[in-house]
Amino acid sequence: MALLQISEPGQSTAPHQHKLAVGIDLGTTNSLVATVRSGQSTVLVDSDGHALLPSVVRYLPDGSIDVGYSAQAAQSLDPQNTIVSAKRFMGRGLKDIDVSMQPYHFVETKSASGEMLQIETRAGIKSPVEISAEILKALKVRAEKSFGLAKNSLELVGVVITVPAYFDDAQRQATKDAARLAGLNVLRLLNEPTAAAVAYGLDNGVEGTYVIYDLGGGTFDISILKLSKGVFEVLATNGDSALGGDDFDRRLFCWVLEQSKCSPLNANDTRLLLTKSREAKEWLTDHPSAQITSVLSTGELVNVTLNTKQFNELTQTLVAKTLTPTKKALRDASLSIEDINGVVMVGGATRMPQIRLAVAEFFKQTPLTNLDPDKVVALGAAIQANTLAGNKNDADLLLLDVIPLSLGLETMGGLVEKVIPRNSTLPIARAQEFTTFKDGQTAMSIHVLQGERDLVTDCRSLAKFELRSIPPMVAGAARIRVTFTVDADGLLSVSALETSTNIEASIVVKPSYGLSEEQMLAMLQSSFGAAESDKNARMLGEAKVEAQSLILAIHAALQQDSHLLIETERKAIEAQLHTLEQLNQGQDADAIHQATEALNIATEAFAAKRMDASVSRALAGKNLDSLEI
Amino acid sequence: MNYFELFGLIPQFSIDSTKLETNFREIQSSSHPDRFVTCTSAEKLQSMQTATFANSAYLTLKSPALRAAYLLGLQGIDAIHETNTNMPHDFLMQQMEWREAMDDAKHAKDVVALENLLAEMQTEAKQLQENLAELFDTKQNFLVATEETRKLIFIDKVCADIHKIIEHLDV
Repeated sequence: MALLQISEPGQSTAPHQHKLAVGIDLGTTNSLVATVRSGQSTVLVDSDGHALLPSVVRYLPDGSIDVGYSAQAAQSLDPQNTIVSAKRFMGRGLKDIDVSMQPYHFVETKSASGEMLQIETRAGIKSPVEISAEILKALKVRAEKSFGLAKNSLELVGVVITVPAYFDDAQRQATKDAARLAGLNVLRLLNEPTAAAVAYGLDNGVEGTYVIYDLGGGTFDISILKLSKGVFEVLATNGDSALGGDDFDRRLFCWVLEQSKCSPLNANDTRLLLTKSREAKEWLTDHPSAQITSVLSTGELVNVTLNTKQFNELTQTLVAKTLTPTKKALRDASLSIEDINGVVMVGGATRMPQIRLAVAEFFKQTPLTNLDPDKVVALGAAIQANTLAGNKNDADLLLLDVIPLSLGLETMGGLVEKVIPRNSTLPIARAQEFTTFKDGQTAMSIHVLQGERDLVTDCRSLAKFELRSIPPMVAGAARIRVTFTVDADGLLSVSALETSTNIEASIVVKPSYGLSEEQMLAMLQSSFGAAESDKNARMLGEAKVEAQSLILAIHAALQQDSHLLIETERKAIEAQLHTLEQLNQGQDADAIHQATEALNIATEAFAAKRMDASVSRALAGKNLDSLEI
Repeated sequence: MNYFELFGLIPQFSIDSTKLETNFREIQSSSHPDRFVTCTSAEKLQSMQTATFANSAYLTLKSPALRAAYLLGLQGIDAIHETNTNMPHDFLMQQMEWREAMDDAKHAKDVVALENLLAEMQTEAKQLQENLAELFDTKQNFLVATEETRKLIFIDKVCADIHKIIEHLDV
């Protein structure tokens, strides 16, 4: 066994050391955390050996918070305070959700524009972001324990969190907010089917065109990828962000109610029968029939038996619902089923035999089920986290993902004009020019939408932007160029410029279904909870880590590419570098932060030169690794 | 740097699509934001800009219609936004026929007829592409090339509409 290298407390890890990073599959029903150890992606287990963490959060009467199996066990006893499938509510308003079968007290917000829904619990009003953050915190603790780190150690450099490929901007932003609340540094949001493709593709060393069919607890994704020499290029993606294994449970639950003709159920009995339905569904995977027996709180007895044929009939419309997005994705990729080399099944719900059969019939080939459908996403996320953190094992791995839903703008008459079409490779930027309608107009409002439909009312409102400080001119004279940028996380940002005067117009962003910065800060404050000194210590720690990583990056860049700089440029950078190194020995978080910022700015031109050099090297066909020596 | 230069290609209509794809992947391998997650914010910004530029360039050069329009753009001709609708009479007639056939098939919910129409238009598009290769690369006749490019753009638009209709019918 190799000797463990232990650095002095407070000292940052040496650059050659393996950087700790994890992949998290934040699922509707279950969540997992995985990491790459000795070159192998491994799911981390809890002290009882469980790999899965049920995505269930319970707010207990004593003020504590319970996450996982014990919370799940309590759900029919304490349904209002035990939140399951919170992922379904992420970035969603009340009108998006079928509340009839939910035992929760949803909170109606006063503003008409539609904010993210919230749930009233005994611990107060909780947003889905806070609930998800509790799940992430539990996984973080699991990871820290398994690495032998102290709680909230800064040595965990970051995480990759997976999201359904079909998640829109609001849902992605909500996921990122949850990670921030949990104190995690998000290296990347990764699409679940892409993560699965990485795990599958690398494990089996395959090349060609593969379909990932991912039916999770609450979401369905279909992605088509081209795998070639370590590059995973998503050709098209589609899905349904409100279709999953949960819906099969509900179908069964409704059937049970019909069969047993029981009186209207209270929240506890609803939860009880939903759980029994889920168990029956799982049982039917390996058995010809299932019995559902329960005594309700009213004393009524429920006792029904169901065979696979009945279950298949009950759920056939749900199975068919997955094939529509599948066809769309194939069409978008301009492919037919003959072009597909393999279909990889992902998500616990793909264990259902009727799903496997339907997929086999559709693609005229047996789907690939050799990886654990519950774990494959987390395993892939861990591989990507390891690469992003800079551990060189998978240096050739490159994921080229796409935006799942088109982005557009509201135009006259409530219509949507597409600005960025779906399935565009990320990152992407598009500019659109606008002009003023009235003489002397100094502001205009712009409404950004996401979706495929033509009407504003049929698309999801992402944000309303106010462009201000437009120089007053006659109508039609101003030229305002609005640039929409979607980054590698699939998140949108917007900038605006008045091109005739080169004046930057300021933008006020009002996320329609997100949390405001003030809400975020308030939640962060309360989550730190503890004394001011703790907060300061944390801020200093974070500033130091950021400074240290910049110092290392600049040293490496200088060592590799200092020939790109002239003497004075190099000296200027080295001087800034020295200042930051000095400050970073001290305790002044603000000064460190400012010097970090200054060094960043001082190296902008250097970064541009390095990028140009790197691109020309790539085209010259030279091996980058051989140049690094 | 223009799109052709980025991928080390000669600025003409006929391109080596394998080289385009290989070089696109090479450039993404060295510039994608995933390569710069732990780097300085200046490097992150640089990577974002380069990767975005490479994506736009790849998208444009991959599509024959957009590639032709881009080549014209390099000559200072705007084939897409030009309001001049001076199309030859026979093509205008052809346009109307296609649109009518599309609407008929849409109302009859006839997916097969739509697929056939797509195939017919693809054949026409192929012919236009051959013409464009000659006009751009041999004759350097940008005036006629502009006309042919706008025909190709039109066909692309109708094909996209047909795809949308098929999607609606085929669910």
